[in-house]
This record gives sequence, C-alpha cells and structure tokens, in this order.
Amino acid sequence: MKLGIRAALAAGALFGFGLAMSGMTDPRRVLGFLDLFGNFDPTLALVLGGAVTTTALLFRPVLRRGRPVLASAFQLSSLNHVDRQLLGGAALFGVGWGLAGYCPGPALAGLGILSTEALWFVPAMLAGALLHRLFNRA
Amino acid sequence: MTLSWWLALAGGVLIGLSATLLLWLNGRIAGVSGIVNGVLLPRAGEVSWRVAFLVGLVAAGGLYMAFVPGAPLPRTDFPRAGLVVAGLLVGFGTRMGNGCTSGHGVCGLGRLSVRSLVAVATFMATAIASTFAVRHLWGWP
Repeated sequence: MKLGIRAALAAGALFGFGLAMSGMTDPRRVLGFLDLFGNFDPTLALVLGGAVTTTALLFRPVLRRGRPVLASAFQLSSLNHVDRQLLGGAALFGVGWGLAGYCPGPALAGLGILSTEALWFVPAMLAGALLHRLFNRA
Repeated sequence: MTLSWWLALAGGVLIGLSATLLLWLNGRIAGVSGIVNGVLLPRAGEVSWRVAFLVGLVAAGGLYMAFVPGAPLPRTDFPRAGLVVAGLLVGFGTRMGNGCTSGHGVCGLGRLSVRSLVAVATFMATAIASTFAVRHLWGWP
C-alpha cells in the first residue's frame, strides 16, 4: 500500500476513533446540544472546542512547511467569498442536521456498527449529493 | 467535569489531530462531505486516499462502539422518513455549501477562514431552529 494511502487510512481511523470516543456518534447527544431550550447537553461544544483548538494551533505550522510530506502540494479551497451557495447550502445542511442529529462523519461511523439509522440516512445523504450535482449541470 | 465531558474534549482533540495528520501528510482537508463526494463522483487520482480515509473512519468508529465498554451507541428508533429527509438535506446542503461540521467547522475554523465562520454560524443557527421546530413546535417524533 502506498504511503499516502496508509496515511489517509490512519487519519481516518483516528477521526473515527475520536468521533466514537467523543460520543458524537449518538445523535441524541448532538440533538441535546442543538436543543438549547430543552435538556441542554454541552458535549458538542466540548468536542468542537477540542477539535478547533487543536487545528487552530497546529494548522499554521503545518502549512508553513510549504508542502505536505507525501504529496506535492496542499489542496486547499481557494474560495474566500461568502455567496448565496454557501449561505443556502449551510442553511439546508443545518436543517437536516437539526432534524435527525446526523452530519456526514457520525452517520458513516454508524455504518461501522451496522446501525439501522445509518443504513437509511447515508444512502439518502448520497442521493442528496447526487441531486445537487444534477441541478448544477442544468 | 464528568467523564463524558473529558471524553468529549479528548475525542475532539483526536479529531483535530486526525485533520492535522491528513493535512500534514496528504495535504488534504478532512472534510467528510467533500471526501465522500470525491468517491461518489470520482475523478482519476482522487479516489484511493478518500476510500482509505473513509474505511479507517468507519472501521475505527465501528470497532470502538462494538468493543469499548460504555461507548455511546447510535439511536435506533428515529422514524425512517425523517432519516431520509434529513439525509437528503444534509447531502444536498453540504455540496451546495461545500462543507460540513468537519470541513467548515474543524478545518475551516482552524484555518481562520471567514467563509467557514459564516458557514458554521449559519448551519448552527438553522440546526438549532430546526431542532426547536421539530421538538417543541411540532412535537415530533
């Protein structure tokens, strides 16, 4: 297996492990946070806080290297403006997230344990992505 | 702080470390919706690392939940129609907005991206409104 593939596998495994450890794989905990007016559960804030603090501290030194270790260049989004697509897309994503409590990562992790909810959510998520592509070709 | 709060913080740090690893080694952003989309709509040279990342995520997440005592498990009783609608919205919205909680949230905010900050504020707001409407206005499920 190429080194880059192994690295991605390791990163993914760490990601999945962190997701499961943090409890974000249970949508009830996520909804517990989003339900500000109900039985509020701050867990999501702690997870995001831990994650963003880590990346905010480590991304800059990594990027300062000029290039990644196993590839020729960083592949970062060059978009830096706020437009209707961003706002509309984020808004729609949030509605869906707040409905069932799943975003892509935790839903996929659920597949790892053959969660029935994930088996319904993930195909629908893929269908939604394909629908967007369909509308964008027109 | 309870144990679950420590685990939440630690889990978050691991997520942040994994994103750092992917950036440092592969030069890629650990945005799950984008990674998935690159497998769904494949382009040459763009697939293997994504499949590897997702296999790692699914396997590690699944193994943790299966074998670690006390690991939080996914819910099982949400109405399927709701799961489908939610999935469609998340799938469509993350493509339209070019990111999700990991892409815009963990990575975008870590890069101090204003675009991601706006995205995060937006999806947090609509998510909170959505949960409120569904649970407290509609009383569903």
